[in-house]
Order: sequence, then C-alpha cells, then structure tokens
Amino acid sequence: MAIKRKTLTRHGREGFKNIRRNGWMSFASMSAVAIMLFVVGAFAFLIVNTNHLIDTIENDVEIRAFFEHDADASEQESVLEEVESHDSVENVVYRDRDEGLDVFMESMGSDGEVFENLREENPLNDALIIQATDPQMTAAVAEEVNAQSAIESVEYGESILGQLFTVTNYVRILGGALVIGLIFTSVFLISNTIKLTILSRKDEIQIMKLVGATNSFVRFPFFIEGALIGLIGAIIPIAGLTVGYSYLYSFMYDQVPFFTFVEPNPMIWQISGLLLLVSILVGIFGSQMSVRKFLKV
Amino acid sequence: MITMKRVRKTYPNGVQALNGMNIHIDKGEFVYVVGPSGAGKTTFIKLMIRELKPSEGLIQINGNNLGDLSDKQIPYLRRKIGVVFQDFKLFTKLSVYENIAFALEVIEEEPEQIKTKVMDVLDIVGLKSKARFNTSELSGGEKQRIAIARAIVNQPAILIADEPTGNLDPETAWSIMGTLEEINNRGTTIVMATHNSHIVNTLKKRVIAIENGKVVRDEVGGSYGYQA
Ligand SMILES: Nc1ncnc2c1ncn2[C@@H]1O[C@H](COP(=O)(O)OP(=O)(O)O)[C@@H](O)[C@H]1O
Ligand SMILES: [Mg+2]
Repeated sequence: MAIKRKTLTRHGREGFKNIRRNGWMSFASMSAVAIMLFVVGAFAFLIVNTNHLIDTIENDVEIRAFFEHDADASEQESVLEEVESHDSVENVVYRDRDEGLDVFMESMGSDGEVFENLREENPLNDALIIQATDPQMTAAVAEEVNAQSAIESVEYGESILGQLFTVTNYVRILGGALVIGLIFTSVFLISNTIKLTILSRKDEIQIMKLVGATNSFVRFPFFIEGALIGLIGAIIPIAGLTVGYSYLYSFMYDQVPFFTFVEPNPMIWQISGLLLLVSILVGIFGSQMSVRKFLKV
Repeated sequence: MITMKRVRKTYPNGVQALNGMNIHIDKGEFVYVVGPSGAGKTTFIKLMIRELKPSEGLIQINGNNLGDLSDKQIPYLRRKIGVVFQDFKLFTKLSVYENIAFALEVIEEEPEQIKTKVMDVLDIVGLKSKARFNTSELSGGEKQRIAIARAIVNQPAILIADEPTGNLDPETAWSIMGTLEEINNRGTTIVMATHNSHIVNTLKKRVIAIENGKVVRDEVGGSYGYQA
C-alpha cells in the first residue's frame, strides 16, 4: 500500500506527540530498552572477546613431536611423510636441533646467548611442529604421532585447552540464551507500558475506526512511537558501552601485555549498529503488539 | 439506499437484540427510529456501520451488501456514512478544527482542501468562530454540532444519529434539529434514533417504531406514540 508523504508526516508528528503526551510511560519504556541493551551489549563484548581469546590460543596450539636421538634421516623422512598425509593435519614443519636451539635462545631474549656454546653438544632433539586442521583434534593427532617408534615424545598444551573449550562453550550458550531472554522480556515490558498508555487512548482508537480510519492508519503512529522509544532508549547504553569499552581496552593494553582485547575500531561500531537495530525492532514490535487488540472495532 | 431483510442479532451473552428486522429507506429521506429503551435502536445503527455483524439476514447500504465486505473494506464503507452519537465521541485533547480535519486526514485529503472543507462545514453548523477552541471549552450543543460537522465533512450520502439530542436541553436540541434539517435539504439521507417525543411530534417525518427487535409501526408523518 502506497502511503502519501503528507500522511507519513502526519504519522510522524503523531508518534512524537504520543511520546511527549505520555511522558512517564515513554520514559519507563525507554528505560526498559536501555537496561536490556546494556546487558545485551556487555554480553556481546564478552562474547566477542572470548572468541578472540580462543582464536589467540588456538593459533598457538601446535604439537611438538620430538624424534629419538638415534632416529636416522630415512626414519625421520618416513614419519614426516606419514604425518603430512594425515587427514587432520593442517601443516607440518621439520625443525632440526640447530633451529630448535635458535628458537630456544630467541625465546630467552638477551640471556639466550649463553647457550651458544651448547651448539656442539646440542641436547635438543630434531622435531616436527604440527598444526591440526581443527584445534579440537589436537589431542588425537598428538597421540597418533606419539605412537610412531621414531618419536620419543610429544608436547602440546593439553590441559588448559580442554578446560578452555568447555568454558567458552558455556559462555557462548549462556550468553546467547540470556540475550534472547532479555530481548523477549523487553518486548513484553514495552508492549505493556505502551498498552497502559493505550488504555487511555482506547476511545480515540475507536473514534478513528468509526470515522473510517484503516488499521494501518491507526497503527502507523504507534509504529513511529515504538521506533522512537527504541532509538532514544539506545542512546545512553550505546554511548556508555562505547566509552566504557574503549576505556577498558586501553587499560588492558597498558596493564596486561600478554592479552589484548579486540580493538574498539571497527568492532564497537558494528556492535552499536546491531544494538540500535535490535532496540528499534524491539520498540516497534512492542508497540505493535500493544495496539493489536484495540483495533477490533 | 438502506435495506434490511430478516435481520437478527444475538449478542454473545444470548440477548436477542434484533429479531427479524425488515426496513427500507430511500435516498433523501429523513427517518426517526423510535421505541422503548432496549428495543434495539442502537444495535440497528451499529449494524449499518458494521460495528457489529448480523447473526442472520441481509443488509444493503448504498447498494453494497455488507455481508460481502471484507474487514479491509469496512473503513471505506464508514467514510460514506456519517455517524453522530449521544456522547459526541470527539477527541477531547484536540481543537475543534483538528477534530473535523481528522476525518479528512484519514482519507488522505489534500491539505489545502482540508482547510476549505473544515471551514465550510463549520459554517454550516454555525461555529466558524470557534475553530481554534479546544473541545473541552464547548457547551454540549456546540460539541454535538462539531460532531455533526465531522460526520458530514466527507459529504456522506447517509447521516446516522443515535439520540443526538439526548444530552441536550430542549432549546439546544431544537437548534441541532435545524442543522439536521438543513443537511437533509441538501440531499443527505438522515436516520435518527430518538427518545424526544416533542421533536418527533412537531417536526413531522417518517417514523419507524421498534419493539423487541422488530418493526412494529412505520408511517410517514407519524407521531412518537409512547409516553414521554
Ligand atoms: N454489547 C452488548 N452485549 C449484550 N447485550 C447487549 C449489548 N448491547 C446491547 N445489548 C442488549 O440488546 C438489547 C438492545 O439494546 P440497544 O440496541 O442498545 O437498544 P436501544 O438503543 O433501543 O436502547 C438490550 O436488551 C440490551 O441490553
Ligand atoms: Mg440506544
């Protein structure tokens, strides 16, 4: 159905007027949206950062498989070929004991140089550095590689990894459930607060219908009103979350060098956009739910 | 213009408000609908504007069979029928002008047209000077005139009034009758449910008497016929 522009202007004006006329109720609805957005937004940041944490750790998940000291070149070669052709292996690098020492010395920083004199009598093993296709496959691959007779031992961050996966899965599920629950709650809250204001507008809706207003004509101002409640209700939480997160990010950056949060830019804008959209939709949905039953005249 | 055949209306609570109504009203007529309280007059009116659906029977308005109308078409039916109520049903928070303009905004009339048309009907009901007043600042008679102005601003073929003088003192009631008479003279069909025996017996018109949801009397130039 095509709506003329002046009609649209009229609906917009009415929507604004309704918000002003029902000052406290509008304020209550906006507060409901705002609180919901604060929590949803905080969870969104939490989820984004847990994912980021997992990614950081997952990228570090490598298996170091050390050869027996007496394994000769052809034995090493055949293990390498076998590992390379394994379905769950993403990438294998051969690192002989010389390189191993370099890596070790580098990891020790400036103190590392004292180990240079170990090079002749290098106690390290030749090794394979393996990455699994899926970090969750790491343990299985490590075990299979360890079963090779030319391999002395394997190493990977086994214990933390398992725990971390459990924790992050819980965070994702819990966060998702909480977000959905909150969205429903606020739709309900908004539709109820708007319904309270509509009760006093029930007669007006009846008059509108009796002089020949279509349902969409009656609904449209409520649509605008709901969208505005969502829009205005989103301002404070979005501003608060944006500032809060930026502050937290730089605090973490300065104080905790081994883990950084996800950079605010552009993530914060994406989440803000998403929150704004959710907020407006929640407002519209709530307002439309509340008019529905008064239209039957 | 208005036809009802064997119309019955039973409310959900079991009350049989209309019990086989047969009525025919032609274009340009002025008809009083009389009868004791609870006879079914308001129900009859609500059926014409499809505020209610009949339980049985046929209703034709302006050649449209109401039974064939979908919910989406109801607003368009109502735009061709002006309605006036005993309790005025004005938007109390709006001005006189805005109340009348609303009926035009609904049909998406051009803004310049709205102004002209509102002022024209205000002229007809004699309240041009009160356009900017809030409706709460008006007397009962003035409110009813505004309601009439709103009802006729779309130039409907039919004007239906449910006890339009019920809340007014006799003098004011007569001035409202003058306005309705003038609207009828312009060609609008008028159906008016009323309790006012003095008006019915003085300003002679066709009288349809309803009792227990049925037409019991129908005579042109008839009298009220009940104890006032
Ligand atoms: N909404 C309703 N629900 C149930 N019964 C109703 C309703 N409206 C009217 N009635 C009943 O229907 C009958 C006719 O009422 P009504 O049409 O209002 O009469 P009138 O306008 O002639 O006084 C009465 O008995 C009344 O009690
Ligand atoms: Mg009645």
